[in-house]
Amino acid sequence: MLRYTFNRLASLIVSLAVASLAIFFVIEVVPGDPASYMLGMNAQPDTVAALRADLGLDQPRIERYLSWITGMLSGDFGTSYTYRTPVAQMVADRLWITVPLALYALALSLLIAFPAGIYAAARRGKPGDTMVMGATQLGVAVPNFWFAMFLVLIFAIRLRWFNAGGFAGWDKGLFAGLHSLTLPAIALALPQGAILARVMRSALIDVLGEDFVRTARAKGLSRRQALWRHALRNALIPVLTIVGMQVSFLIAGTIIIEQVFYLPGLGRLIFQSISARDLIVVESVIMLVVFAVIVINFLVDLAYAAVDPRLRSRT
Amino acid sequence: MTLLSIDALSLSIRGFPILRDVSLTVAPGEIVAVTGESGSGKSMTAFSVMQLLPEGTETSGRILLDGTDLLQQTEPQTCAIRGRDVGMVFQEPMTALNPVKTIGAQVAETMLIHRAMSPEAARTRAEEVLARVGLPQDRFPLSRFPHELSGGQRQRVVIAMAIALKPRLLIADEPTTALDVTTQAQILDLLKQLVAEDGMGLLMITHDLAVVSGMADRIVVMQKGQVVETGPTAQLFRNMQHPYTRMLFAASTHKVALPKAPPPKPLLEIRNVVRAYRTPRPHPFARPGRFEAVKGVSFTLQRGERLGLVGESGCGKSTLTRALLGLEPVQGGDILFDGKPILTRGTVDASIRRRMQLVFQDPYGSFNPRHRVDRLITEPFHLLDDAPTGSARQKTIDEALTAVGLQPADATKYIHEFSGGQRQRIAIARALIIRPDIILFDEAVSALDVSVRARILDLIADLCGTYGLTYLFISHDLSVVRSVTDRVMVMQSGQIVEQGPTEQVFSAPSHPYTRTLIDAAPVLPEIA
Amino acid sequence: MSRTFLIGAVLTACMAVLALVSLVWTPYNVTLLDIPSKLQGPSAAHWLGTDHLGRDMLSMTMQGLRTSIAIAALAIAVGLALGVPLGLTAAAHKGGWLDEIIMRGNDIVFAFPFLVMAILITAVFGPSAMNAVLAFGIFNIPVCARVTRGAALSLWQREFIMAARVSGKSTARISAEHILPNVTDLLIVQGTIQFALGIQVEAALSFVGLGVQPPTPSLGRMLADAQTLVTIAPHVALVPGLAVVLTVLGLNLLGDGLRDMLDPKLRARRA
Repeated sequence: MLRYTFNRLASLIVSLAVASLAIFFVIEVVPGDPASYMLGMNAQPDTVAALRADLGLDQPRIERYLSWITGMLSGDFGTSYTYRTPVAQMVADRLWITVPLALYALALSLLIAFPAGIYAAARRGKPGDTMVMGATQLGVAVPNFWFAMFLVLIFAIRLRWFNAGGFAGWDKGLFAGLHSLTLPAIALALPQGAILARVMRSALIDVLGEDFVRTARAKGLSRRQALWRHALRNALIPVLTIVGMQVSFLIAGTIIIEQVFYLPGLGRLIFQSISARDLIVVESVIMLVVFAVIVINFLVDLAYAAVDPRLRSRT
Repeated sequence: MTLLSIDALSLSIRGFPILRDVSLTVAPGEIVAVTGESGSGKSMTAFSVMQLLPEGTETSGRILLDGTDLLQQTEPQTCAIRGRDVGMVFQEPMTALNPVKTIGAQVAETMLIHRAMSPEAARTRAEEVLARVGLPQDRFPLSRFPHELSGGQRQRVVIAMAIALKPRLLIADEPTTALDVTTQAQILDLLKQLVAEDGMGLLMITHDLAVVSGMADRIVVMQKGQVVETGPTAQLFRNMQHPYTRMLFAASTHKVALPKAPPPKPLLEIRNVVRAYRTPRPHPFARPGRFEAVKGVSFTLQRGERLGLVGESGCGKSTLTRALLGLEPVQGGDILFDGKPILTRGTVDASIRRRMQLVFQDPYGSFNPRHRVDRLITEPFHLLDDAPTGSARQKTIDEALTAVGLQPADATKYIHEFSGGQRQRIAIARALIIRPDIILFDEAVSALDVSVRARILDLIADLCGTYGLTYLFISHDLSVVRSVTDRVMVMQSGQIVEQGPTEQVFSAPSHPYTRTLIDAAPVLPEIA
Repeated sequence: MSRTFLIGAVLTACMAVLALVSLVWTPYNVTLLDIPSKLQGPSAAHWLGTDHLGRDMLSMTMQGLRTSIAIAALAIAVGLALGVPLGLTAAAHKGGWLDEIIMRGNDIVFAFPFLVMAILITAVFGPSAMNAVLAFGIFNIPVCARVTRGAALSLWQREFIMAARVSGKSTARISAEHILPNVTDLLIVQGTIQFALGIQVEAALSFVGLGVQPPTPSLGRMLADAQTLVTIAPHVALVPGLAVVLTVLGLNLLGDGLRDMLDPKLRARRA
């Protein structure tokens, strides 16, 4: 177990290092001179020179990379050029919307996926299975932001159960905050939940065909008992893989959904920074997102070991 | 008094008939063996007693267990019978256990699912049965996971689960087919002992007549879903009525007539060959370990000689084969071909590879399903600088197919159109087509039914006559090696522990391991 | 042939025909604006209504489909062209440093969600349709590499590959001659699924302005325009959205149907 964790940790660090190099390269090296890029065509030469000095562009690239990375590690994400405020603080405010929204959506999608997947697998080939699978096939095909537009139209504008957009803020209480994130979370969770339900079903069906399920049945377990006691935990292994992959889609989805609901999250920050050509913010926020994806995949790897004893003992 | 009585059982899956009018009985304490080749329906008979049948199965007849008709039970009633009154042991111990649960939990589950005892009592009982099947707690605690056990040990766990509640009937479906011969002997002894001690009835399914003869009180011979002959073991062997039974027996003891080998002249000399692998580092800062799969093996293969190599799984015989074919490098020693060294940086020279060909075990996996037979068997032409083309190529293909007993017209067919035995003939045609000096047979008949196996062995013997073959016959099956080789080597843990003329090694083994192997192998009774 | 496959094939074919026909003919010219007849509902003249500039929704959708399909197809071509050779190479040298580098590289590319990739590209080169192709194309590389490697690895264990090796064939030749033809089935299935995903990705990227730029019509662009109009004229959002749903649904059903037909395990179970 220790060796496995160590290996995954080493690979996590390598991935982070390579990813940060790639981001640094694309943002700071490819455009040639980031300062003149950020200021646009018509900038005065002395303004550009000032920004160059400000950004430390006169220093060698390796030093710039190292100072960026060490800064990020110590919580210093640089200072936004357009807003003149520390990026770390801008990000921190917005994380309080994006992260809860992503987690809310993940929880909802698991809540959809597990019952639907298990139900369908247990009734394989029967009308119940066909219905659930038809519904998930449709769910997979629906773009979440399009679904979101109609959620707004029906539940916010016609029925007025929710606000059409904006965020109430956590200072008004947990419920108010969650209430304004509910429609976006549903929009995100439905397609994701549909995908997971399909994976859950096919993983369960595969495992139910394994020899050890037959052994369990020979001991006197009913079909249902064999499913719950033996198949489910084995089926979790492929499901975990997909959950890990879904995280990256969920983050992308969150950023897009924030546009539909006018939520002041990371997504808004990124799009504002892109149109303002504020490379400092873009660079740091992208690094943060990539960091999140890599760390979550590391956690998924650890979860594998919790489920599968063969990984634990592979010393 | 009968315990199990199958009465006129017929079974079809989605309209396709599998069993027709099968009847047999098992008395308490009696071992009844059902035997036959693949497709005989012997396993399906076992599964219908357990009522673990594929969807779309229709049955008629009766399966009486102590007077209760199992075919008339509801699903919950059947669940209550499975595991409590009838236990079952399966063929493939490597996959029969849940990989994410401990062996203790899986054995105790038998008790818990039938609410036979409290969790604590179930634990204690699990410890008892595991000890009883030869897995004592001091070496095999309940907390072990299946992947920490060998195949034989896993099969013991499966047996422990099956007998935990002292069922009246135990069903074993090819329980030792996937195991090595010494492990097989131990498992068979264990089953016999359990039956004797508990007075269970044992319904055993096996394709191996030799296993049957050593185990069973009575034999049921099946063919194509029907019982063709049944009777007490000794009596049935003495007086076989049905032609299929006689054929099965003859094929199992089949002896081929090898032509006499030419006078010895060394063709391939192996000297102190070592094949070592790096094993994973025990911890991240340690040096990687080293595992020697082949530990300094030496032998000489004479021109025209038929040499056997026997050993159990993991003994290094496959690794040695791959090294000989130049598929893996060796880390030490010399290999000489016709007296000339053929190793370049530890790997067998490509120029030598055309002089060796290989016939595989699996008649289904050793052909690309997308290619036609002519393309499949001419693949070794790649090794030749002047491979025949046009009509010469066609002639070579026709000859090769004819030589192995197929038709030239078969060249344009795809592999799925052939049976297992025919595929093995095609595999031999592929090996022969470039007229190699040496053919390696790697478990080449192990996956075949006995009757098919006998015909393939005859073919090999015939080819020895017409082509003067030199071969290395690698197998775990002692009786096969005995019949098709002049000389035999016994391999254990990467070393050749004994070699000599086949008959001499088999009749007077000198090494204790050889003796263990020969004693463990089940044999058919000698009858005229 | 399964019902899933048939429904999928028919849906996909319908959408493809709509897109193809738009190359030579659309009911109306979408570059001509007709402001007076804007935001009309479905009528005999405009079967699917008009948008905020009075353009015919059916014509727009046909052309939009074409753009979306072209982007998805290009992105898959990128993924297959780079991912398949990488996967084959990694499998042929399993456990070696080459395999290690390829798979590690894959993991890292995988850590960049397609949206982040698009943002990076946009930040440097500005927004364009090429963004969508590149972003999703790069995302497809590790997907194709992984699928290819997984299937190739199990093929390398098969005895017929051993037979080819005994015949002295090189790993590259075996990969091309034996491995690749036997993984194509799987790649076709995966390609269909990625195609469906590509339609959705184009829609998402163009929706947030990182993909196709005006005036080129695409399903994502139409949805972006519709966002502010959905309350007064729901059909402007409904039509392109349904086009996405039907295309994706068709492709996914087609992929599932193909998989069921090609999977020997399932075939054996059915037989």
